[in-house]
Amino acid sequence: MKSGVLNLVLKRLAITVVTLLIVLFAVFFATSMLPGDTASILLGQAATPEAVAGLREAMHLNDPAILRFLRWLFGLLHGDLGTSYANEMPVAQLIGGRFVNTMELAGITTLLSVPLALTLGITAAMLRGSIYDRTVTILSIGIISVPEFMVATLAVLVFAVYLRWLPALSSVNEAHSLTDLVRIYAMPVITLTFVISAQMIRMTRAAVIETLSTPYVEMALLKGASRSRMVLKHALPNALGPIVNAVALSLSYLVGGVIIVETIFNYPGIAKLMVDAVATRDLPLIQSCAMIFCLGYLLLITAADIIAIISNPRLR
Amino acid sequence: MTNLVEVRNLKIEATTDAGRVVEIIKGVSLDIADGEIIALIGESGSGKTTVALSLMGHARPGCRITGGEINVNGKNMAALSEKERAKLRGTDIAYVPQSAAASFNPSSTIMEQVIEVTRIHKLMPPEQARKRAVELFRALSLPDPEGIGARYPHQVSGGQLQRLSAAMALIGDPKLVIFDEPTTALDVTTQIDVLKAFKSVMRAGGIAGVYVSHDLAVVAQIADRIVVLKGGEVQETGTTAQILSAAQHPYTRELLAAFEPKRRQAQTEASTNQLLRIDNVTAGYGAVRDDGLPLIRAVDSVSLLVEKGRNLGVIGESGCGKSTLARVIAGIHPAAAGDIVFDGKDLQRAARNRSQDQLREMQIVFQYADTALNPAKPVEDIIARPLAFYHRLDRQARSKRVDELLDMVRLPRALRYRHPSELSGGQKQRVNFARALAANPKLIICDEITSALDTVVASAVIDLLKELQRELGLSYIFISHDLSVVEAICDEIMVMYNGERVEQITPDKVKAATHPYSKLLFSSVPKLDPTWLDGLVRDPELVSQYGHR
Repeated sequence: MKSGVLNLVLKRLAITVVTLLIVLFAVFFATSMLPGDTASILLGQAATPEAVAGLREAMHLNDPAILRFLRWLFGLLHGDLGTSYANEMPVAQLIGGRFVNTMELAGITTLLSVPLALTLGITAAMLRGSIYDRTVTILSIGIISVPEFMVATLAVLVFAVYLRWLPALSSVNEAHSLTDLVRIYAMPVITLTFVISAQMIRMTRAAVIETLSTPYVEMALLKGASRSRMVLKHALPNALGPIVNAVALSLSYLVGGVIIVETIFNYPGIAKLMVDAVATRDLPLIQSCAMIFCLGYLLLITAADIIAIISNPRLR
Repeated sequence: MTNLVEVRNLKIEATTDAGRVVEIIKGVSLDIADGEIIALIGESGSGKTTVALSLMGHARPGCRITGGEINVNGKNMAALSEKERAKLRGTDIAYVPQSAAASFNPSSTIMEQVIEVTRIHKLMPPEQARKRAVELFRALSLPDPEGIGARYPHQVSGGQLQRLSAAMALIGDPKLVIFDEPTTALDVTTQIDVLKAFKSVMRAGGIAGVYVSHDLAVVAQIADRIVVLKGGEVQETGTTAQILSAAQHPYTRELLAAFEPKRRQAQTEASTNQLLRIDNVTAGYGAVRDDGLPLIRAVDSVSLLVEKGRNLGVIGESGCGKSTLARVIAGIHPAAAGDIVFDGKDLQRAARNRSQDQLREMQIVFQYADTALNPAKPVEDIIARPLAFYHRLDRQARSKRVDELLDMVRLPRALRYRHPSELSGGQKQRVNFARALAANPKLIICDEITSALDTVVASAVIDLLKELQRELGLSYIFISHDLSVVEAICDEIMVMYNGERVEQITPDKVKAATHPYSKLLFSSVPKLDPTWLDGLVRDPELVSQYGHR
């Protein structure tokens, strides 16, 4: 029995590795196909054709794509993300601090939004059809429907411009005390929580309601179980698979999808770095950022699947 | 208050999806004395489960108890608050569900769920509850009573789960246990063990019971009194002996009559015309091994012969391969080895390689008309489809033929405009059958077509099949787990066990079966005689060999 689960988990991990390779391949060739020539952009409009050709030669841009891909892959395996075309700095160094910032934002948002969303989703399912349930449902649909730039802009308008409670820009490097930190993170975190919680609430509510209509929950009712016991002991453990997947899917948004929030609050995160890199055709930087986004997504989904496998006694 | 249960003028309403309010229980009254077991019997939709659940003060979502009194042990369940009801559930009144397999939480161990009642109501410390549970497991003759509690529900068989759910009901020492069709989903050989276990435990504890069932023979074994329900009203109440021997109400008589279907007149002149012959057919699932055979063999070297105008019954417990055999003959699941000869010609194993005429001449009717009929199409389109496909009839001819086919299966012509969801179970099965007839087949394979139907409806369908056979000269392969149905319509009965054919006999020789498994199977079919179960003696060696659940 135990080895069965181990097998399943190993199989799932193997699939992740294969997917990662395919993703790396796709990222490399998709970025290679970006319009515009790196050498001519770097040298500016006044560059002579000879200078451009020379730079292309020096940067190995004339090599076959597959060779460049293998070289890049080989570098990755050694922890070498390459050198930025735009400012000759190692990509790892450029990304380093930004990555930490993004992870901080993601971490704080996760700590706030996941418990909030699960609580709201489960309680809404328990009180299905009540005014509370309807309020939660209507609010979460409303929030899904409002684009995040709208939420973010409104937040800036209200809290920073009219009320002047919070700073409009989130420059983390200027934080000196805990209050500063809270003030800086408040708006981006709240905006992101709004964006990702709605989906989690809806999925949790749906999954719990579905298991609540199963015969074993009715059986628990006929054993005299209280409503909370029916939900927590009988419905929730069996709804865990879909819930964990919904959570993972929502959280993956925090790694790559935060570009709008980072831009509006001028937060120095990795998504903003990538947008800047696209503007300068800085291929190594773009590739590395894209790779980090994909990796984050893959890790979250894999973790969710493994949790679902382990929580299912049929497989245990 | 003299009786344990006194229900007076109970009324329950249901709200349909369309928002209409329908009264589904129309003033039911009944009494149950201490230690008495009564049976609620009736067809599906008669309200028997609804009445039984109302004794626990529970109405399924969409239903509402709107009137009357439900006095159980001196308390009116209809008037209590949900909290007060919860206090009585599991302690005063307990429930044994229809499908134990669905009623056990898959993510928790069996022991946890069996003793949950004692936790909820704080009846005894968990250690003591576990000991009590093991005693109950033993009393219900479960294998490995010490260890079975540590397993998860998917690790034990259906018959065991059903007995475990009885242990779950009995652990709180209830005064009344509600059994909701607890053996309907079981094979006959398993059903006996479960029934015996229930009966002895209930008798030993002097516990009162409500046994909900549509099977009179099962009820006859366990109930002191029988209450016959139809359309949400009590039709007749009496002791088991009274109901079985001197039923007053016409509906009860109909039920009794349906239980003993008329035997088909034996074909006297043995026709020598072979219609279908299969030789050593093997089929299964899983990876194909080196010898070209599948890893798991659902059908193993089965041979059979069907003659023109005669019927072959295939009988066996669930999982014995009888449905796979039907699919193999029809070519839906191509055989891995063996020959199929139909009407003198070799048939390809896969349906897609057979000629259109070959496909037309052999039709299959599936068990669940609900899933076999396209819910988005009206009846006329469903029946007209084979007419266009096989016979290329034009619109007018098709329409005329649909009327004829509806006449043949004894359905009113006006039904042609309805959708399957607007038909009853029996009507749906008739449409399902009319579609097969539309092809003008020579052979119809019927895969458990009466299993989802109530006894009375099923026996009417069987009568219809017999009539059509006389008129159209069809042959049937009739697959079922129900011996009485097969006996009623077939000239030959083939018994399958574990993918193999173990015996083939004629219905009049069922009592003289020679193979040990057939003996066990035939002797396990409940009889209307209330003393049958107590008097039943089974060879323990046979049971341990074949009654592996």
